[in-house]
Amino acid sequence: MSYSNKIKDIYSNQLSEIHSAGIYKEERFIHSSQAADIEVEFPSGANLKKVINMCSNNYLGLSSHPDVLQAAHQGLEKRGYGMSSVRFICGTQDIHRELENKVTEFLGTEDTILFPSCMDANAGVFEAILTSEDIMISDRLVHASIIDGMRLCSAQHDTFKHSSMEHLEEKLQLHADKRIKLVITDGVFSMDGDLAKLDEMVKLCEKYDAMILVDDSHSSGFIGRTGRGTHEYFNVIGKIDVITTTFGKALGGASGGCVSGRKEIVQMCRQKARPYLFSNTISPVIVSGVLKVFDILSASTERRDKLEKNAVWWRKGLTEAGFVLKEGNSPIVPVMLFNAKLSQDFSRDLYNEGIYAIGFFFPVVPNGQARIRTQISAGHEIDHLEKALDAFIKVGKKYGILGLTKEEIVAKYGL
Amino acid sequence: MEDIKEIIRKYVINEYLEEGEEITYDTPLISSGYVDSFSMVSLLVFLENKFKIKIPPSKATPEAFDSVNKIVDLVNQFINK
Repeated sequence: MSYSNKIKDIYSNQLSEIHSAGIYKEERFIHSSQAADIEVEFPSGANLKKVINMCSNNYLGLSSHPDVLQAAHQGLEKRGYGMSSVRFICGTQDIHRELENKVTEFLGTEDTILFPSCMDANAGVFEAILTSEDIMISDRLVHASIIDGMRLCSAQHDTFKHSSMEHLEEKLQLHADKRIKLVITDGVFSMDGDLAKLDEMVKLCEKYDAMILVDDSHSSGFIGRTGRGTHEYFNVIGKIDVITTTFGKALGGASGGCVSGRKEIVQMCRQKARPYLFSNTISPVIVSGVLKVFDILSASTERRDKLEKNAVWWRKGLTEAGFVLKEGNSPIVPVMLFNAKLSQDFSRDLYNEGIYAIGFFFPVVPNGQARIRTQISAGHEIDHLEKALDAFIKVGKKYGILGLTKEEIVAKYGL
Repeated sequence: MEDIKEIIRKYVINEYLEEGEEITYDTPLISSGYVDSFSMVSLLVFLENKFKIKIPPSKATPEAFDSVNKIVDLVNQFINK
């Protein structure tokens, strides 16, 4: 037997350390479709509990939309379950190209290539388009998948302080001699909910002859007047060289992602991006569902408008109740608690009150910035949000933090 | 002339730390999360330009950059050459 006790102990000890650090992740089993109201088994074996979901990426409430389900059923009937191939061997159907064209039109770019996920898009794009002569300059709070993608790339890398345009400009000057300079940012930052200053970043990129890549996974479908994303919000459509995004959040929530942007860059990905070359094509069922999502979004802005109203209502309610929030104008609304244990206790008490919202702490967020990250959906009705707000206030009172400043919460609970 | 150690400490504070954060000469920079491995390139370029030295990639390791004192030791290896 090659799995000796010695090896087993190595893993057991590592798992014990994760447990001791309080960062052991446990899944909660949901016995219903993804929606504002869900039924959860937690901990494993416990009775089912009906809770309001305040932590999903189902921003537009389309994950279980009847039209999307119907389109997925039709896709299954007409194009089958799987393709048993990567794209370039025998895994590209007419609907894959149709979806790529639809994404291109929706985002206002030149071309698009699908990936099994946005994690894969980010893992593949940098290596496909950059070499050791080039530099990647990323915001310090970009998503983990971008960090992993940069690690796989031979280009040099540097960072700038979160959203600091002065620091970015310094870095563009510092690396003026590089062949290609690629500035990299999230459109909406997933843990803080703030938007990258794309208008200013585009100006700097033009000034210093740099390209810009935006991961718009937490924006596509709802940020901007017609939901195109952060580039629409900042009026820079056509000026973002590369957009990566996901179909696993607002755009139906199943899976899949893409790189969309300059034609030559998309062609380079089609030739060289390893997750595209060596991973299976997206299932026809999902492609069919996402096509329907784009039809829904192109026909009406009703859902993103409702999401915007819900998010404004939620942020206002929490602010008036006396919580400390991260500034922002997206449906990601972090309720700041600063202390890691407090974030876990708060989350547990919310769950007991029928509200499902997760506490995040270091290393997922910076040390001393523990929080409950709430995410609003167009699937929420005001009734859901009122119940959630009542629960937040009840638990907030229990811990005596309503109306306290950051310094006062830290003084009470420590960092 | 300002002490090498203090020049490097000030650069690290200005470049990597948030407002109000402080470090000593021995504070772990990389292992404690103040400086991530991606951001090291700025520090490397700064050291090479400031002290007119060339640090080979094999010497510019996360371990060698893990505190102000360690960085000073690294710089001195090349200044004194």
